[in-house]
Amino acid sequence: MNQDRRTFLGQTGKLLILSASAALAWEHVLAGTPENAPNYNFKDHWWGMAIDIEKCIGCGTCVRACKTENDVLLEDGNFRTWVERYVVDPADLDHPRVESPSGGYAGFHEREVKDTNLKMFFVPKLCNHCDHSPCVQVCPVGATFESPDGVVLVDKTYCLGCRYCVQACPYGCRFIDRRTETVDKCSLCYHRITKGLTTACCETCPTGARALADLKDPRDPIHAFLRDHKVQVLKPQMATGSKMYYNGLDGSVR
Amino acid sequence: MNGVEGFIYPNEIELQWSVLIVLYPFITGLVAGAFILASLERVFNVEAVKPTYRLALLTALAFLLVAPLPLQIHLGHPERSLEMYLTPHTTSAMAMFGFVYLWYLMVVLVLEIWLDYRREIVLKWRASQGWLRTVYGAMALWSDNISDSALKLDDRIGKTLTVIGIPSAFLLHGYVGFIFGSIKANPWWSTPLMPIVFLFSAITSGVACILLLYFVTCWYRKVTVDMRCVDTVSKYLFYAFVVDFTLEMVDLIQRIYVSDESFRALDFMVHTKLFTSQIVVQILVGTVLPIAMLGVTQLVRMKEAARRAIYVMAGTLTLIGIFAMRWNVVIGGQLFSKSFLGYTSYKMEFATREGLLPSILLMILPFGILWVLIRLLPPWGHDEQPNVKRA
Amino acid sequence: MEPRPSDYRHLVRMAGLFVVGITVFLLLRSFFVPKNFGLLGHYNPGALQQNMDHPLKFAGQAVCVACHSEQADVRAKGRHARVACESCHGALASHAQGDNPSTVKPQKPDPRTTCIICHTASISKPKAFPQVDPAEHAPEGPCTACHVQPHSPKIV
Repeated sequence: MNQDRRTFLGQTGKLLILSASAALAWEHVLAGTPENAPNYNFKDHWWGMAIDIEKCIGCGTCVRACKTENDVLLEDGNFRTWVERYVVDPADLDHPRVESPSGGYAGFHEREVKDTNLKMFFVPKLCNHCDHSPCVQVCPVGATFESPDGVVLVDKTYCLGCRYCVQACPYGCRFIDRRTETVDKCSLCYHRITKGLTTACCETCPTGARALADLKDPRDPIHAFLRDHKVQVLKPQMATGSKMYYNGLDGSVR
Repeated sequence: MNGVEGFIYPNEIELQWSVLIVLYPFITGLVAGAFILASLERVFNVEAVKPTYRLALLTALAFLLVAPLPLQIHLGHPERSLEMYLTPHTTSAMAMFGFVYLWYLMVVLVLEIWLDYRREIVLKWRASQGWLRTVYGAMALWSDNISDSALKLDDRIGKTLTVIGIPSAFLLHGYVGFIFGSIKANPWWSTPLMPIVFLFSAITSGVACILLLYFVTCWYRKVTVDMRCVDTVSKYLFYAFVVDFTLEMVDLIQRIYVSDESFRALDFMVHTKLFTSQIVVQILVGTVLPIAMLGVTQLVRMKEAARRAIYVMAGTLTLIGIFAMRWNVVIGGQLFSKSFLGYTSYKMEFATREGLLPSILLMILPFGILWVLIRLLPPWGHDEQPNVKRA
Repeated sequence: MEPRPSDYRHLVRMAGLFVVGITVFLLLRSFFVPKNFGLLGHYNPGALQQNMDHPLKFAGQAVCVACHSEQADVRAKGRHARVACESCHGALASHAQGDNPSTVKPQKPDPRTTCIICHTASISKPKAFPQVDPAEHAPEGPCTACHVQPHSPKIV
């Protein structure tokens, strides 16, 4: 290399490094001091839910409560939570007949069922608030994330509406809210649980089939639930780290 | 419920990604394929394809400029799309792709075209008047050094760029494949073969596109077609297509053999909802037929006119087939429920934001841009053999 | 022929363009990235507050019981002990919060349709759950005709 070229490269390099550092420093200056910590301490909580299939009666109260609490546009086909009914022939577990009329919003009509050998039950579903969430993994900008207390949330001021997360969720719990043109989903009633309340669906479930669980609270019934029941998560083969623990989940459930 | 059969999760009724998202891999595929054809000449010294070299670069640029548009139109908040560059999530293939795209556009394509054309740009700058003079001046960065030593330097750098550009082109479209292939929730997409299948179908479509454009531009300019060139391009098209088809068949055979939980639902979907677009359009008309036609030209001696006709037909069918492949991947992947118990339907509208009309316009736009680029930077006449004008 | 320094001029200018571009990008970044982005993870920590700031529609039964302790005691003795107030009475945060609860008068749940939602017999429901066919089990009239006290519905 001749002298001129070397000098030129050196000067360009220095200029580049200086401008980059200046910009970064300015960013920190603008960022200011960290936010004041809210009263609620994230580190004390790790949220999940205990769902008992054996108790669910398919009344749909949870779906209606969620709609009320979170202003969900069910009529747009948006469901933060829904209930499915399974009708399973024990001789043919691979082909359950499943339905979810309006997500179970108005409960389920009685069906004429002649074969009393069939197995039937209801499965409430919602966002699984996965610990290794595939939806968080694919979000290109960081608009969906897992909070420090284990709730997967959406930043509606930041979401682009690219729908990659909707594709990545194995459970079908995400949708686009046309009012904000961003993604939306069950937030585990974050605005309630951070105030010491329970979620709208768990509050109104008349049989206690759904119960909010704080895995970091030693007094929470979830520990006995997990110990005393055969529990499962949905689609365990996906290894999503789901925190919705189901008791009585049949093998035919999709 | 209209269009729904069996059971689907309640949020799955409406498809998330429309025909605009089908366009995107198709367009980036053309870019990658066109560039790889161009690199055949530059790096591997395949002299025969030289007449298509500059045309391929300009085509790649025209299509790459249009590539982000279908995505922007599809977004709920296009005004926030800069966020992908400001706070890219490094675990997201989509975010990292933004940088691959930018790298490819700015460092590979624009630089290479600039270095290759610099001499003509400066000459035109000197020869033009008015606003065109300003345009060419800006393109030359107001440096009019076209001495031999400067041009030699350009050539050296250009060659380096092409060498870097080949893996970059592979990365460009392989990444798009990875965007789909990495979604474990969707068994139609989730396969490690996806990036490679996308890459080879990209090469196939890009080569076919340049082949057709070469024929069209020769016809328009009333210039004879360089048979050695089109014979060679078609040969590479044939090889690329055979590899692509083999890979897709490997994927298919593996699925049928392994027959996992999703297989029955997907198999049913292919035989019903995707029958026309996949079996008929993609496989038979869009792959088997053009491969057979090109194979015949490789095995049997044919007159020039016959070969030209076959190349044009095969090239057209190839583009249709590769477009159908993108359609079947994107739309097909959303037609079945993740419960594997049901299906929904895709209702493509016409004159809406994500309808057929914007898609058609977006496919025409790159040709418009290409026309402007060809006017500004003609890809012929530089150091080509003078073509014999048709009588 | 070895390239002279002047042969690099156009390359230097192109490199300069790139430097300008990168600098602009970095400046944009500092303006547009939300405050403290990345502090807790790859997201804007302000989004946590955003998610906490939604209005409540359901008050939660603890609040109801605080004033309506009588009804709560009756309920505690019966089969509806675990049924939350708002399961039947609907979302009542507007009644419970605010200075004067009597400005929002909750509607009394319909004494038939409310009960039917849960207690309609269905082959799909768990067998142990109390359920009746509304067409046969007292087809006319309110359930409270016999199950006088809905908070503790046992017929005494």
